[in-house]
Amino acid sequence: MDLHLQKLSHDYGKLAVLRDIELEVRSREIVCIVGPSGCGKSTLLRLVGGLEQPTRGQVMQIGEPPAGCLNPLTYIFQDFALLPWRSVKGNISLVLEDRGLGRGEAEEIITDVLRRTKLSDFADAWPRQLSGGMKQRVAVARALAVKPAVMLMDEPLSALDSQTRELLMDDLVELWLTEGFTAVYVTHNLAEAVRLGHKIVVLSRRPGRVREMVSIDIPLDQRKNHVKELDDKQKLLWSMLRDEAMAADQELLDG
Amino acid sequence: MADTRPISSQSQSAEEPAKTVPFRGGGFVVKPLGVIAPLVFVVIIALWELGSQTGFISGLVLPSPSESFEAFRQLFDSGLLFVHLSASLQRIVIGWTVGSTLGIIVGLMIGLSSVARAGLAPLVSAIFPIPKIALLPLFIIWFGIGEGSKVATILFGTFFPTVITTYGGVDNVDRNLIRMGQSFGLSWMSIVRKIILPGALPAILSGCRISGSIAIILLVAAEMIGAEFGIGAYILMAGSLFATDQLIAGVAILSVMGLCFAWVIGRAEKYFLNWRT
Repeated sequence: MDLHLQKLSHDYGKLAVLRDIELEVRSREIVCIVGPSGCGKSTLLRLVGGLEQPTRGQVMQIGEPPAGCLNPLTYIFQDFALLPWRSVKGNISLVLEDRGLGRGEAEEIITDVLRRTKLSDFADAWPRQLSGGMKQRVAVARALAVKPAVMLMDEPLSALDSQTRELLMDDLVELWLTEGFTAVYVTHNLAEAVRLGHKIVVLSRRPGRVREMVSIDIPLDQRKNHVKELDDKQKLLWSMLRDEAMAADQELLDG
Repeated sequence: MADTRPISSQSQSAEEPAKTVPFRGGGFVVKPLGVIAPLVFVVIIALWELGSQTGFISGLVLPSPSESFEAFRQLFDSGLLFVHLSASLQRIVIGWTVGSTLGIIVGLMIGLSSVARAGLAPLVSAIFPIPKIALLPLFIIWFGIGEGSKVATILFGTFFPTVITTYGGVDNVDRNLIRMGQSFGLSWMSIVRKIILPGALPAILSGCRISGSIAIILLVAAEMIGAEFGIGAYILMAGSLFATDQLIAGVAILSVMGLCFAWVIGRAEKYFLNWRT
């Protein structure tokens, strides 16, 4: 299943947030969206998944989601959004409970996603007992449980310390290599973007427009051996973002 | 000792006086000290008894604990304790349960529906501060002099604070969790049952603590008007006869009722909120 964003514009009252976003997300592709803070990255992601309605334009699903897909567009949030009153297992079963699955079937899915995210030993732990990295792993497991066609990741690693971020990035690469998921990945961290993105979209400051689109052709599993090229890409991205970020930084918020 | 030598080259020199950095953290940390609470009670009652025995506290001013206990024993022996207690418990249990249940339902409605909020929230704010005991004469006209008016007083008294704490609790549920539920396509009912209700439960339970105390206060007030039996009636009777020993015994029973109620809520919190630390 592909996604096509057509002339997407969004306003909050009088405030123009996004203007004419045109973007295609192909199957098995990770599209990273970077931009200065407040440029509407997260708003864009909410529009894509149908959590907010765009003022103008539309998001088109092209093709049917794969068979067995329970929730085609599935989010992973920056703050993990785990229910503190449910165990790891309970948090995953939450998203399977309204689907009319048999108990055995749901149990099977839970065991499977916990194994794939290396969480099998933590099935009965409470969220408060887990570190940030583990919490985000649970959120990834929860997303995998509904077999999404596209994962919408809203700064998934931004609440984590840099070491955990590094580990989780490796996990995501590994997961992509084995499963080949499709994702829209919003981040402000350019290192993440060049490590994970097949396509990197640079947004301008508010109102956000697509300023540039950068493709990286190096396969994900070989990127660690191409430090130089990635570094150049990152510098290129930063040169595009720098002025936007500086201008955005000096704007008054309610101006 | 102050001279101009640079500190870095002289860090471990023998002449420099050395001392450990004094500890100045601590304080403001609440430690559980299980023995102190009962000890305070025992010491106060012992001093009070001592004062009465030595004549320092006149029996006319305040009866001694042993006299009050004796009054309690008489009440127990006469079998009236259970008559009073069951009358009171029945009123408070019905009034509090119905009042809290309705309060939680209306509170959820206000928390979940904009229409209900616009219509009911101002009404609740307007009626909440009215002392329900002032309405007792009206309740007597509406619900009769018997059980009806007493239960109604407790019911109304517990209803309003429960509404307010419940919708406050719903308002405080993390919006991101609700958005998460929506993004996974959970039904409205599921979001309410599995996300909003558990999220509001801490607030609802602390609301129950408050409404429980209000219920006891209103119980006594209602029983002082036209009740034959009940702890409040017993205290009123003792008061009008200036039988201060019985009065103290009655008040002690109320205090124990409050403690029992707080204990039950505490257990409920432990059970339902075991996911918190």
